[in-house]
Amino acid sequence: MTESLEEFLIARRGTGRPLLVPYVTAGVTPGWTDVVHAYAEAGADAVELGFPFSDPMLDGVTIQEASDRAIAAGTTVRGILEEVATLDVDVPLIAMTYSNLVVQRSTAEFCAALTASGLRGLIVPDSPLEEVGELADAAAAEGVDLVLLAAPSSSRARLREITERSRGFVYAVTRMGTTGERGEIPEEATRLGRELKGLTDRPVLFGFGVSSPAQAAELAGHADGVVVASTLMRKLLDGARPRELGEYVASIRRALD
Amino acid sequence: MTASEDPVLQPGDLVGADTATRGKFGVFGGRYVPEALIPALDEVAAVYEKARTDIAFIREFDHLLRTYAGRPTTLTEVPKFAAGAGGARIVLKREDLNHTGAHKISNVLGQALLTKRLGKTRVIAETGAGQHGVATATAAALMGLECVVYMGAVDCERQALNVARMKLLGATVVPVTNGSQTLKDAINEAFRDWVTNVDSTHYLFGTVAGPYPFPGIVRDFARIIGVEARRQILALTGRLPDAICAAVGGGSNAIGIFHAFLDDEGVGLYGYEAGGRGLASGEHALTLTAGTIGVLHGSRTYVLQDEEGQTIESHSISAGLDYPGVGPEHAWLKDSGRATYHGITDAEAMDAFALLARTEGIIPAIESSHALAGALKLGRELGPQATILVNLSGRGDKDMGTAMTYFNL
Repeated sequence: MTESLEEFLIARRGTGRPLLVPYVTAGVTPGWTDVVHAYAEAGADAVELGFPFSDPMLDGVTIQEASDRAIAAGTTVRGILEEVATLDVDVPLIAMTYSNLVVQRSTAEFCAALTASGLRGLIVPDSPLEEVGELADAAAAEGVDLVLLAAPSSSRARLREITERSRGFVYAVTRMGTTGERGEIPEEATRLGRELKGLTDRPVLFGFGVSSPAQAAELAGHADGVVVASTLMRKLLDGARPRELGEYVASIRRALD
Repeated sequence: MTASEDPVLQPGDLVGADTATRGKFGVFGGRYVPEALIPALDEVAAVYEKARTDIAFIREFDHLLRTYAGRPTTLTEVPKFAAGAGGARIVLKREDLNHTGAHKISNVLGQALLTKRLGKTRVIAETGAGQHGVATATAAALMGLECVVYMGAVDCERQALNVARMKLLGATVVPVTNGSQTLKDAINEAFRDWVTNVDSTHYLFGTVAGPYPFPGIVRDFARIIGVEARRQILALTGRLPDAICAAVGGGSNAIGIFHAFLDDEGVGLYGYEAGGRGLASGEHALTLTAGTIGVLHGSRTYVLQDEEGQTIESHSISAGLDYPGVGPEHAWLKDSGRATYHGITDAEAMDAFALLARTEGIIPAIESSHALAGALKLGRELGPQATILVNLSGRGDKDMGTAMTYFNL
């Protein structure tokens, strides 16, 4: 498996199915790696791993709760990477975390550590275009695809730059707000999806508030796929087993197909 | 006392939110925020850049500072207090005499005026002890803005009186139950509100931290402290002071008095952080003196964090200094050597608190008492020829509960 996250996702997209990327906070439960396996077996095209941070500004209550739980359990970046290195899954893994964890030693060291453990992508939601330069260079040098986020409030010029500089896919934020389960799909999401698709051939995935298989299917119609996070983490925090989370991801998979 | 007819604010006093460097102070500062907030930050920066040179804005702000906040605040020399400082001359800048009891009113009035220029009708704010919350609620009441204040649930309990004041002023106070339930979590929650309601809402940031342009805007609105003090101390003593002492939490009162003296090389700038129960205890807020460089609340700066980069909870007897981050301009002043920063323990601050009350009849805020304690130490170092200007950033009424417990009153 030496192809990049982006090459992998483009190949998958080529099969005609929408892309599905479920999320789990690393370290949230002792058996969190079983969740990764369950996602992969349920038809995920990649899996997003949250590296927990104490002050997750862009996340809603669910991811914050999962992060707090993981940190309280003693989760560390090194510990996560060691567990990831032992995983045997046939889809790419993507790290999601905040700037402070990335800059602790150096961005180069952080990206090198990701690669060494087999991670192929990185999402840092508090690193906008203004601050992303050094990190983007480090990621490129280490062969990590750095995924940039686009928001409904982004100007056309920024969207163009985001689509040019993002690697792996473009993460389209469905709404102005934090991560978390929501009732309906806002119109601004479909508009953003349309605009991004017009600007790039890179995969465009929706995230934030994708709360049901039906919603996932509807959103995927406006781009290349979806990231699903809070609704899965809510179930996990409420006691769902990896197998049950896998079944839920499989139900999204079926709705998408 | 009637408000002075002379303007306190002159064109040029609002020096600008560091637009040329996009909020970078050396390697510090910047904008580590979600993409979704960038347009709002751009808008705030653009509206402020226009306002700060607009004579109508300067006049309106100046009018509020004089007739509502009570500026200019006076200087008071405190010889009996200074007897403990090796004979050095100590002069206080009396920010405690401001409406609502601290320097913070200047920033909220300035930003409330900006809110109107932004065409927004709602302000949100974070607060720790409740002082910035009360100041924001005050400005919102004055200008007819809806006001929501985020406050850690733990702080809401500790500062029930300020919660009541905010409610009386018409604000909604939202207790934050995430994380450590203190100031840093209140800031996280305020950012979450802002990204959700950014069309109608201005985030009225309370200190010189956060993403560009906040550190520069808040500093500009607090800068009046030093502008006045420089003029006043020259009139009083005929020369510039040897040193300026100020307490540092997020750093607004300190940068507010430091900034007008930055180019005066002979004036030493001394910031005093909360040493809490001492460095060794681990219970302190020594961000600049014992922290490491990281990214917190949108800015690259010194942070109290563990080896993993997880934020460590700070501690101080003074809620206003109880913050694990600090403004990026202070981080830069520290690294450039222009200012130096030291810790003052809870006990040292409370001693200075009591000493000023007994010797001079002024009850200071516990935050400001850190600067007073620093001045006593510094005076003994500098000797009897020295003049030390201390920013007495707030009054101690709000701290009487703490004082009653501490001194068994």
